[in-house]
Amino acid sequence: MEPLTSLQIVGYVFMQFIPVWVGMLVIFALSIMTKNKTGLYGKLFDSPIGMVGFALVLFWVLTAIFADAIMTHAALETASGMKNKLPGTPLRGATEGDFQWYLFGGDNLARDVFSRMVAGSRIVLIIAPAATLFAFMVGITLGLPAGYFGGRTDTVLSFLANLVLAFPVILLFYLLVTPEIRAAGAEIRIWGGNTWVTSIPNILAAILFLFPILFLLILFQSRFFTRPMLRNILIAGTLLAGAWMYSGLAFNADPLGLLGMDPNLLNIFVSVVFVNSPTVFRIVRGLALDIQTRDYVAAAQTRGEGPWYIMLWEILPNARGPLIVDFCLRIGYTTILLGTLGFFGLGLSPESPDWGSTINEGRKLLTLYPHPALIPALALMSMVLGLNLLADGLREQSLKD
Amino acid sequence: MGRFILRRTGVMLLTALCLTFIVFFMTNLYPNLEKLAKTEGNMRMTDEQVESWLVNRGYTQNVFLKYGQWLGVMPSPKIEVDGEIHTRCSRPGVPDEEIGNYCGVLQGNFGFSTVFKGEVSDIIAKRLALTGWLMLFVLIVMVPMALVIGILAGMREGSRTDRSLSTFAIATTATPEYVSGVIFVVLFASSRTGLSPILHEWGWIEKKTLFKGLASTAANDITFANFTLPVMALALYGVGYIARMTRASMAEVMTAQYIRTARLKGVSFRNIVLKHALRNALIAPFTVIMLQIPWLLTGVVIVETLFNYKGFGWTLVQAAGNNDIELLLGVSVVAVLVVLVTQLISDIGYVFLNPRIRVS
Repeated sequence: MEPLTSLQIVGYVFMQFIPVWVGMLVIFALSIMTKNKTGLYGKLFDSPIGMVGFALVLFWVLTAIFADAIMTHAALETASGMKNKLPGTPLRGATEGDFQWYLFGGDNLARDVFSRMVAGSRIVLIIAPAATLFAFMVGITLGLPAGYFGGRTDTVLSFLANLVLAFPVILLFYLLVTPEIRAAGAEIRIWGGNTWVTSIPNILAAILFLFPILFLLILFQSRFFTRPMLRNILIAGTLLAGAWMYSGLAFNADPLGLLGMDPNLLNIFVSVVFVNSPTVFRIVRGLALDIQTRDYVAAAQTRGEGPWYIMLWEILPNARGPLIVDFCLRIGYTTILLGTLGFFGLGLSPESPDWGSTINEGRKLLTLYPHPALIPALALMSMVLGLNLLADGLREQSLKD
Repeated sequence: MGRFILRRTGVMLLTALCLTFIVFFMTNLYPNLEKLAKTEGNMRMTDEQVESWLVNRGYTQNVFLKYGQWLGVMPSPKIEVDGEIHTRCSRPGVPDEEIGNYCGVLQGNFGFSTVFKGEVSDIIAKRLALTGWLMLFVLIVMVPMALVIGILAGMREGSRTDRSLSTFAIATTATPEYVSGVIFVVLFASSRTGLSPILHEWGWIEKKTLFKGLASTAANDITFANFTLPVMALALYGVGYIARMTRASMAEVMTAQYIRTARLKGVSFRNIVLKHALRNALIAPFTVIMLQIPWLLTGVVIVETLFNYKGFGWTLVQAAGNNDIELLLGVSVVAVLVVLVTQLISDIGYVFLNPRIRVS
């Protein structure tokens, strides 16, 4: 069989992404039709930059969702004779059911570059937003009291945040994401016959993963303590779900056996959350300092509302604009950080299809065979660009109010 | 002003102590020491042998004690094994009688690198000088480019120039060094893809490629061909951020009352920008540029690894990858100091430049 021409490659790639195009069309059509009713999200569709950003982000989100349908081969599948083959090379020894080409060529282990890029999007799009969300939970739970109470709370917390911020990120990764550090510590027997090592990443995980639960508990308690019935239900629900997820994610010992995190992945996740939270802390602290001088805060204080009610139900909702913008930017930054980790071969296993690791794999033969590194590099860039443009569009639109 | 600087310096020293202790603690975790014992001693050592190797060299002491010795505020113990004296002060070729009691960082003794077989301070000084050149060129390219983009975009907010330059700035912040590096190499430094084969065919360039994809020769001789790509990859990622800060600052200044007054008086737009707005608009970017330097550190590590330029960042990777504890500690101290000193300078500089914020 003849290799595909450039135009044919574009055509076949377009065909593979059909579920994504359909999804994008539907979401865009619905969003534009209802844009007057959906607030800030709807206003996004008045700004060309915001729309381009949203389209790029949506493209990758849908790619991650439909990854199984888009991938032409399995991410780890190797084919003999396909090593470093150029884009559009027909698959040697392909049987009837196989996809007949390697659309973006083969990498140095004869795996399909296109499928690995698609599979990588799934990994990146799960870790980056989740890690950012955790960083926000930590940053908000600590930043609000630091800004609102000030004084010694603020001094101590700010000093700790500055301590982490003064650490060069790359050094922190090299210290925190190593196989040695995962082994350093005593083994403790916990429930269900599982063991837990008191290593630094595990301890950090045990601390950091508490914050979302803490955040929700305070959130419900401060608002609904006057309605004990509702409060009890909400708190019991949070505690139950929280304890289940906590035991699965932080201790890798889910009693139901559903949730779990590979120690490598946990290590990366914790490091990225740890690096991001101080910056979020600083932003939230600054916003809290600014907003607490407003009249509605004074009104709430006069009404006799508790400090946590004011922080979580008066200050936080009014700080949402800058926080949403920063959330978008931060997902992009986290994606870059994950790529950096992959680039240095830290954390995720070398055969993982995430973009950083594939760039690292591909760069060794870059001048001879550019495609294995170039494709994930462009994917990463387009996704971060989308997030940055989306953040810019959101900022512009939220400032217009 | 004096008290402000003094307090800031105090906080800085405290932070430096905390951070170096954290690094010390994490590099001296038992698995790291065990690995060190096996690489320095013998790969097939039993657990007891590892233990005695570590005890003989004082590695099993309390971590605070070890930190004090490393810092040079506590005397290093001299442990005698089979007539030989082991201490962190001993060096090959130095007789035992001349070994001092205190030999920590404060005495200028950063230890001995196991990978490069030399004094850590010498290695770091040499590598830092190489990275200094890289940083110098990056700053020369990055700062003027960012300021020009920021000022052009910010002087007429919302114009077409503003929109296109802002989009460019956003695009650069979405391109980390390992992405732009890969793209640059493919475009300019490959004899099979990108521009080089075309230019070569047309006879515009003598060599096979326009630029070199490796900067290892730049250690001895910096040329246009071997240094352009690493400098550009580093500068590009930083440009966007500074440019956006400059733009915001410029746009804010352009709406100030005194600019409107100048405009109503009939001062030309050119003069307004150059003589009235520019100086005030450049205060904020100054801090950003200073704070950018520690941020460049991560980029330096990536770029030096990607282009095989054997500077400070490359040393960090080697030290961390080969479990060279003393070298990694030395590198960390320098990195942390760079971050803290630039923070201090940016704080003081901001106050110094901006007469409205004299410290209360």
